[in-house]
Amino acid sequence: MPKPLLALAAALLVALRVSHFSDRIDPYFLDVLIGVGINILLAVSLNLVNGYTGQFSLGHAGFMAVGAYSSAAITVLWGPRLLGEDGGSSAQQAALFLVALLAGGAGAAAAGLLVGIPSLRLKGDYLALVTLGFGEIIRVILQNVDALGGALGLNGIPDYTTVAWVYGFVALGVYTVTCLVHSTYGRGFIATRDNEIAAEAVGLNTTRYKIVAFVVGAFFAGVAGGLYGHFKLTITPTGFDFTKSIEIVVMVILGGMGNTPGVILAAILLTLLPEVLRSMEQYRMILYSLLLVVLMLVRPQGLFNFNYAAIAARWRRRLTSR
Amino acid sequence: MSEFLQQLLNGLSLGAIYALIALGYTMVYGVLRFINFAHSDVFMVGAYIGYYVGNHVPAGTLGGGMLVLAAAMIGCALLGMTIERLAYRPLREAPTLNVLITAIGVSLLLEYSGQVFFGASPRSFPEVFPVRSLSVGGIVASSNQLVVIGVAVLLMVALQLIVFRTRMGMAMRAVSLNPKAAQLVGVNNDVVISFTFGLGSALAGAGGILYALNYPSIDPLMGVMPGLKAFVAAILGGIGNIPGAALGGLILGTIETFVSGSQWSTYKDAIAFSILIIILLFRPAGLLGRFTVEKV
Repeated sequence: MPKPLLALAAALLVALRVSHFSDRIDPYFLDVLIGVGINILLAVSLNLVNGYTGQFSLGHAGFMAVGAYSSAAITVLWGPRLLGEDGGSSAQQAALFLVALLAGGAGAAAAGLLVGIPSLRLKGDYLALVTLGFGEIIRVILQNVDALGGALGLNGIPDYTTVAWVYGFVALGVYTVTCLVHSTYGRGFIATRDNEIAAEAVGLNTTRYKIVAFVVGAFFAGVAGGLYGHFKLTITPTGFDFTKSIEIVVMVILGGMGNTPGVILAAILLTLLPEVLRSMEQYRMILYSLLLVVLMLVRPQGLFNFNYAAIAARWRRRLTSR
Repeated sequence: MSEFLQQLLNGLSLGAIYALIALGYTMVYGVLRFINFAHSDVFMVGAYIGYYVGNHVPAGTLGGGMLVLAAAMIGCALLGMTIERLAYRPLREAPTLNVLITAIGVSLLLEYSGQVFFGASPRSFPEVFPVRSLSVGGIVASSNQLVVIGVAVLLMVALQLIVFRTRMGMAMRAVSLNPKAAQLVGVNNDVVISFTFGLGSALAGAGGILYALNYPSIDPLMGVMPGLKAFVAAILGGIGNIPGAALGGLILGTIETFVSGSQWSTYKDAIAFSILIIILLFRPAGLLGRFTVEKV
């Protein structure tokens, strides 16, 4: 990606412009746009852990839950006290929202640290199941904390999420992950995925890379959770269960593990598909699971994983051979 | 004291079911070195087969009950072998991550197809075995619980005989030790693996019926939690180790029953996962397993 900082600035500008015109856009489209953005953020953050570092994590929804509940706790429980009776000016609300989101991300990152450390010794199947277990433990704990609503969930979350916030963080997330992975330090992630023993033998601290991957991935998942909470206005622990984790995993696999543009496309596709297939709502999950199986049998590298160099070479040969 | 014994009986009954399902996980891991996520849904299908067959047999008779059990076991064995043939065999040479994802896909497919075809609302399992309440000392036992423990013990003994006293069992042990060497001495790996899947799935089907006897409300997602807990039980006992799976199942069932009878009962689901994490951190080979060093 050429001149990443410029691309980030451009993306942030576009997000702000679109949000400026948001009152002239159909609210349904706005909702879909926000949903797409949140899913892109989730998929890109999981891509860092699953795709680039090769740690198959099935508990990502747990990080999202921690982020959602932490940020909602701040805006719902502390917001009225901090903002005062009239709700505060929009600048104050924005500041509160930013603090809440970052706190959500930080909480999720701490959870990522907690999950990452035991997972260091585990490979493949075991890691998948331990992360699944952590996701479920987080859900059970949240169901039992009555201060956050318990099993009935947390209601009355203020409606702070806008297109600007969502896409601002999406741009930041994609920027962070891409720059992280394409840096010299970031080669370590891919080395850990490709062959951990060889990476250790060359002197890379694979432990550190795995923990960093989990923590950064969890941070953005937490931010996405916070955005989600302030978008849906009410959150329940069962909304962040294994099914949600699987939805994010399907996006990463469909896009190709470790392929950021592919994962973004897959996230967009898989957010729009349920909207398009509204009439077949009950068959949606059957299609998802069938898609997973068929994909693994027929095209395990993902639908959007193209070998650009090979395609370019083929076209060049075809054009010059006349 | 009688309270303790009562909970112990309940725990053994639950643990026997977990043991049956865990045996399926551990056998498949033994021959293929991969966790069959779809196993818990085969368990669910077994319960539904029992539901449909049970509605057509005279209720409360021993013969009817045996028929339902047999039907569920055979049906699940066929299902397990079909899944293996269609979804896992083409990926025999693929990286384990791909097979894991496929297994998750098959599991979800079974669950959601079940929701569409069986309906998502829970159904009530018919009474297929004669139900009597027995009272010994201060303990009240339902005959269903004793049936569960009895059938589970019988099936485990039968499994032990198959694995250690028959040629097919010897072939299974050979493939789990070293698949390539087994092929060299003339074992047909495909047949052995199919047989293993069939056997494990039959046990899961039996587990489904026994579970439905004690908890008569069945729904398409009933397999998720027992499946995960049985997997934890298999790891607790040492994955790939048949007596270990049985032991792990009994221990987990007992612990879970005691927790659900105590003040922390809402955390009983989290207990299984906490045990999983503790075991994987401190004794990853499980109680009866041997730790193998990874060689490059």
